[in-house]
Amino acid sequence: MGKMVLAVDDSKTMRDMVSFTLRGAGYTVVEADNGVNALKALVGKKVDVIITDVNMPEMDGITLVKKIRAQPQFAGTPVLILTTESDQSKKDEGRAAGATGWIVKPFSPDKLLQIVAKVCP
Amino acid sequence: MAEDQINDLSRFKATYFEECAELLANAEETIARLQDGSGTEEDLNAVFRCVHSIKGGGGAFNFAGLVRFAHVLETSLDALRSGRAQLTPHVADLMVRGNDILGDFVRAAQESVDLPSDHGHEVMDELAAITGGGGAQPAAKPAVAAAAAAPSGMKHWTIRLQPAVGLLRTGNDPLLMIRELHALGEVKVQADKTHLPSLSEMDSQESYLSWTITLDTDKPRAAIEEVFEFVAGDVAHVTIEEQAAPAASGAEGGGEGWGLFSPAPGNPDAPTPGTPIAAKPHPGTAGAVASSQGPVHTASIRVDLDKIDRLVNMVGELVITQAMLGQQTTHFSVESHPELIQGLQELSHHTRELQESVMAIRAQPIKALFSRAPRLVRDLSTKLGKQARLVMSGENTEVDKTVIEQLSDPLTHLIRNSLDHGIEMPEKRIAAGKPAEGTIHLGAEHRSGRIIIEVSDDGNGIDRKRVLEKAIEKGLVDKGAQMSDEQIDMLVFAPGFSTAAQVSDVSGRGVGMDVVRKNIQDVGGRVVVQSMPGQGSRFILSLPLTLAVMDGMLVAVGDERYVLPLTNIVESLRPTTQQARNLVDVGQVLVLRGEYIRLVPLHVMFEVKNAITDPTRGLVVVVETEGGDRIGLLVDELLGQQQVVIKSLDANYRPVEGISAATILGDGRVALILDTSALRAMGDRLPSIGTAVPPLALAAE
Repeated sequence: MGKMVLAVDDSKTMRDMVSFTLRGAGYTVVEADNGVNALKALVGKKVDVIITDVNMPEMDGITLVKKIRAQPQFAGTPVLILTTESDQSKKDEGRAAGATGWIVKPFSPDKLLQIVAKVCP
Repeated sequence: MAEDQINDLSRFKATYFEECAELLANAEETIARLQDGSGTEEDLNAVFRCVHSIKGGGGAFNFAGLVRFAHVLETSLDALRSGRAQLTPHVADLMVRGNDILGDFVRAAQESVDLPSDHGHEVMDELAAITGGGGAQPAAKPAVAAAAAAPSGMKHWTIRLQPAVGLLRTGNDPLLMIRELHALGEVKVQADKTHLPSLSEMDSQESYLSWTITLDTDKPRAAIEEVFEFVAGDVAHVTIEEQAAPAASGAEGGGEGWGLFSPAPGNPDAPTPGTPIAAKPHPGTAGAVASSQGPVHTASIRVDLDKIDRLVNMVGELVITQAMLGQQTTHFSVESHPELIQGLQELSHHTRELQESVMAIRAQPIKALFSRAPRLVRDLSTKLGKQARLVMSGENTEVDKTVIEQLSDPLTHLIRNSLDHGIEMPEKRIAAGKPAEGTIHLGAEHRSGRIIIEVSDDGNGIDRKRVLEKAIEKGLVDKGAQMSDEQIDMLVFAPGFSTAAQVSDVSGRGVGMDVVRKNIQDVGGRVVVQSMPGQGSRFILSLPLTLAVMDGMLVAVGDERYVLPLTNIVESLRPTTQQARNLVDVGQVLVLRGEYIRLVPLHVMFEVKNAITDPTRGLVVVVETEGGDRIGLLVDELLGQQQVVIKSLDANYRPVEGISAATILGDGRVALILDTSALRAMGDRLPSIGTAVPPLALAAE
């Protein structure tokens, strides 16, 4: 079984794209539509990389990153936040929260694979 | 998987457009709340997220115009939710228009058509003005590092990498970076261990080493920077120097749309060893955190409508089978087959429950339809210089999804019509002793197995004199024809009828009302109008709860079987010779408690042989038509009540006057479902003693 990625986005389109791309490259993908469900999805799983959108209902991506980092078992798990070009401030928030890196939407599938491979070779 | 296959995202377009439709409707509803003042901060966030998601997906499919517009809308929403701009009525109005235009872009993208390049520019400029600046252009995509394109031979680089506190906690690993440099060329690494603390002081979550790396590569500087884009944002910790011409530079932010963080030293938010990361609420996230108290999303899944329709169809067949079993076993007594009878009863019970549950899947609150009305009323009244208030009731009434879809246009038309032709100008209202502000009521309710939707206004009512004049002028009615008020009112639904002296751009060219009626009839519904001169009009739409199954009464006429919708039936009786009479100029009538009810012999209507022709020997079923009046249908006998699965006659055969649909009976025979309103119109045309040509046949088309 390949590495496991948790894809968090409230947009099904985005989740589908991320999942499809990663699955095509041999990853196992778990999906969640907001931060709260992402935390639930993490329970009992060995997730290798987390990719999360920032703007989501219930719990946003930045809060999610903070919650993830507050759990010792996920202290070193790479977390990538999905931002948009207009969202430069979110990068800083993400960094402060403990995210590993960011990917600007829209991204090409190649780029996504490249970045995921980079943080989780 | 092939490269091009990976990069082909078009397969997600369907999901995207489906999602967009939901998001747009969601945004519209939420904006309406913001507009009438009942909105909350979370509503602003919700609208922002909708627009944000639409933009995000649009970017992935390269819908440039859509993204450009969504960006401006998003920016202004962001300004609103962060308090940098005020939500004034004007701004709320802009949001409504913005959402509409965004919808235009989505539809254009979906249909692969190009919108004019300046589409929505006006709104875009106004939106940009809210945020106080040229928001009309999205932030330019950061140029790909120029060095990437620059030709370069083999160069020697010295790179210093000094992780800051907390680097490991962001999930970044210096080893990965060094390994990546190996891929670029010849690497020599030297570790600096001077900052290594004693073992007892060591925190496994921290990195205490720093490295000096020399790299020989023919790759451009950007390639090296990309490795450390990892730890971008912290210039002090990574230096990349070309040995011949030293040029210290930090790894910059994701020039190609991505990057990785390294915490800045002394950053108060950076975690320190041993202490968990403080969950310090961030101003930007406060709203989103609070959202957990906001509307809770009900768990749902998206299912293809085809699948549900297949399910509905199967349940329909099951209902038929169950009815057949019931019929085949009628001669079994409970005593001889107690278990069989009990089992069949349970089957019938479960079938009905199953059927209701399946229908409920397709049902949706009519709210989705009503939510457009407030805006329509507001926009139109402003345009027309009238004052109108919209009152709604029964928004949570659940209606079949197809019905909702089919109702959208007719309802819009009826509301427009009420505003345009019903509600008077304020001066005129005051002169008539009415409040200057007119009221339009939009209501929905379940009534005896049907959905009743009403659009009423307290306007002028239908001007019958003018309607009649116009109808005569248009040749719809013969001059001198005697018509009841109700018949005159119904003329507004006649094809090509328009009373507006001038064609207004609001209600259109009078093609509306007949189309309204057609649309509603298409989903098995009817529309009637009640009007009181000077007091207003009321349009009543009556629709079947579901389109697939209904309760019917099976009746026999000669050798034929017909189904009467149970909801239409008032009573049935065998008239006495005093009750069944022949009136000159009218024909056969039934005198019931002093009331004259027209008798419609079904055997004449459908040319059935071997039927009972004498009312006193057969049965008369008194039914109510949608217009509220009654007719008596002459049949041979009642065979029993039964649920029937409606099969469209139009789709499977062709429309037949007086018949609304067909069904399959338990014994496999096809029975036709009677359309009482059409039968009434047909009855009016029955040649009766001494009657001239019937005045008008509205339901004829």
